[in-house]
Amino acid sequence: MQTMDKPQDAVASPAEAAAAPVAPVEAERVAHDTVGDVTAKNVVICVREANVYYGDTHALINVSLDIGRNEVIALIGPSGCGKSTFLRCLNRMNDTIESARVTGDFRLDGQDMYARDTDVVMLRARVGMVFQKPNPFPKSIYENVAYGARLHGLAANRAELDDIVYGSLERAGLVDEVKNRLDDPGTGLSGGQQQRLCIARTIAVNPEVILMDEPCSALDPIATARIEDLIDELSEKYAIAIVTHSMQQAARVSNRTAYFHLGRIIEVGPTDRIFTNPAHKLTEDYVTGRFG
Amino acid sequence: MRLPTLLLILAAMLIAAYFLGRQRALSLARPAGGIRSLHSLPKYYGYYAALGALLPGVALLLMWAAFSDSLITARVVQSLPDTLRNQPEAQLGLTLNDIRNLAAGQMFDETRSAEFAVAADLYNSLREASRKILSGLVIALSFGGFALAWFQLRPQFRARNRVESAVRFMLILASLLAIVTTIGILLSVSFEALRFFRQVPVSEFLFGLSWSPQTAIRADQVGSSGAFGAVPLFVGTLLISGIALLVAVPIGLMIAIYLSEYARPALRRIVKPVLEVLAGIPTVVYGYFAALTVAPMIRLAGQQLGLDVASEAALGAGLVMGIMIIPFVSSLSDDAINAVPQAMRDGSFALGATRSETIKRVVLPAALPGIVGGVLLAASRAIGETMIVVMAAGLSANLSFNPLESVTTVTVQIVTLLVGDQEFDSPKTLAAFALGLMLFIVTLILNIVALQVVRRYREQYE
Ligand SMILES: Nc1ncnc2c1ncn2[C@@H]1O[C@H](COP(=O)(O)OP(=O)(O)OP(=O)(O)O)[C@@H](O)[C@H]1O
Ligand SMILES: [Mg+2]
Repeated sequence: MQTMDKPQDAVASPAEAAAAPVAPVEAERVAHDTVGDVTAKNVVICVREANVYYGDTHALINVSLDIGRNEVIALIGPSGCGKSTFLRCLNRMNDTIESARVTGDFRLDGQDMYARDTDVVMLRARVGMVFQKPNPFPKSIYENVAYGARLHGLAANRAELDDIVYGSLERAGLVDEVKNRLDDPGTGLSGGQQQRLCIARTIAVNPEVILMDEPCSALDPIATARIEDLIDELSEKYAIAIVTHSMQQAARVSNRTAYFHLGRIIEVGPTDRIFTNPAHKLTEDYVTGRFG
Repeated sequence: MRLPTLLLILAAMLIAAYFLGRQRALSLARPAGGIRSLHSLPKYYGYYAALGALLPGVALLLMWAAFSDSLITARVVQSLPDTLRNQPEAQLGLTLNDIRNLAAGQMFDETRSAEFAVAADLYNSLREASRKILSGLVIALSFGGFALAWFQLRPQFRARNRVESAVRFMLILASLLAIVTTIGILLSVSFEALRFFRQVPVSEFLFGLSWSPQTAIRADQVGSSGAFGAVPLFVGTLLISGIALLVAVPIGLMIAIYLSEYARPALRRIVKPVLEVLAGIPTVVYGYFAALTVAPMIRLAGQQLGLDVASEAALGAGLVMGIMIIPFVSSLSDDAINAVPQAMRDGSFALGATRSETIKRVVLPAALPGIVGGVLLAASRAIGETMIVVMAAGLSANLSFNPLESVTTVTVQIVTLLVGDQEFDSPKTLAAFALGLMLFIVTLILNIVALQVVRRYREQYE
């Protein structure tokens, strides 16, 4: 399914270029690289020249981006521009999609993520993912959090497992709400609680990077605020990439922001600069709400 | 007028009523400012008019079907001469049967007296008259119903609500029909079973260990007193269904997992219908296969291992039956596994689970209700299966759990009890109904258990 040959499409297909709403700028984009600095200090994930195809759809075009340790990077952009596709490349979740084909250079700590001998299971244990729609397993709250730890044999006995479960629930800010009902089904929680349960489940396996795909899109403002606090805390230990449609959220939680448009990264930079002083016309249109 | 002609006329009236009703709604609407001024869409006025034409006529037809024959028969009986009329009940029934046959021209018996011919003529003329009256009445009623509906139509008439409640009523009627049929079957079986239990105590039937339904026809026959202990039959059923499920559940489940989680969609599209063909093969053919191929193979294998294998061993029938019910398990489990949301699998993969860990720990538990449903359906098929057992496992009612011996099952015994000549009040014949009732109860319990399991786990991933 995935091949590691050289990127075939150095230039956008004619259809892609024709579909661009702002023709002159788009023409310029073909020739130029992303505006801003795609590199980061203390790199943990390094992506170069990534291309993704779903059948004939060219969903991600020549994308390069670094993610540093202890940084929160926000991925923003209009619907269908490839944010989720990019995120799913970073822990090879695209493997589960029959039609997806990924090319380019993806490195985690310098190691090729798509190499033939890469252990996908270990990769996903190191790069965790929280989905847009909370998807707790149809098991008890305890079993939901213990799931990954059991898989990877992180606990030698029940006491250690208890520690992992309580610790993860604690860090996800959920422990007070559920400590008396750990045996109730995880699906019985509210949407916001379920999402924090999924975050607890993810941090229970102690990943190095956490990918979040619109984690707050189904949540009310209070639950959203709790998860944003949580992201702040988690960023002390983990690298976090978060896709969001809320400009305010990106501004609140992230250090860096990447703006995606029609499968490309148009601009990358420190979050405050992207929002106050965008260099690219498309970025400016988007962050000021003229495009959406 | 014959019944088909009448039905055709009714159908034509129905269509005409629909268009007239619709037309009337449109013409009512025109002066009031177009169809927006109608309460319902014009077609509902059409449906309403058509229902008006349909319902009274159909109601009369149904009543005629239910009562006309008994009314006519009563008249014919009255006309009979006293000698015939005052016969005992059963004899009278036979006489009436003869008269009906004579009326239909199926029997011409010179020896019958003229009284029969008279009665048959009367019967025929009464039927003819009732049919004429019926036709006239039905058509008149339909006209009347249509006219009534027609004059009710106003722009603000709530035709849609009326039509929808009529539709709902018909749906309720349809589901009642299914329930009433089930209850009818249950009642008729229980009635006969009760007659059986009057002759053989329930405790002997339920707990007796010996089954040998041959009763003495003549008093001087020996050794045929008849024993009606159903335990050997239920043990045999359990044994053979158990073997079948031991074959079908693991294989079916593995097929389902392969098809839904590993196979390419193209392969799945081919393999699934091919597997379902297995369920469509006539069971007689499976019976041949079991008796001619599998049973000798088992016997041979048994001999080589030094085991004593009956020529009609339960094992052979069970194995073949297991193959037959594989599609019930595999197809329903496959559907259940496919219904587990992809998000569950993604969640598991994203935590670093392998495919098989994901299947074992997330997908199968989530699909459990559907899988249980499939297994139970397969179990009821196995319990009810007759042909394979007749051909491959024999008729001898041994009380044995040994799969290498010959056993028999409940359904097989029901068939053998009812095949051939029989008296309908001997315990031998009535035993078939008692067995049928027991089987019904057992399957019912299985189904209730299945429903409980499904209800208990259903909402988990929603
Ligand atoms: N499984 C798939 N099969 C085919 N095409 C896909 C698939 N997933 C995504 N695409 C296409 O790839 C493009 C990028 O999709 P992606 O889901 O990455 O967008 P997104 O930026 O996450 O959008 P949103 O903000 O709406 O979530 C879209 O044009 C989409 O139609
Ligand atoms: Mg998305």
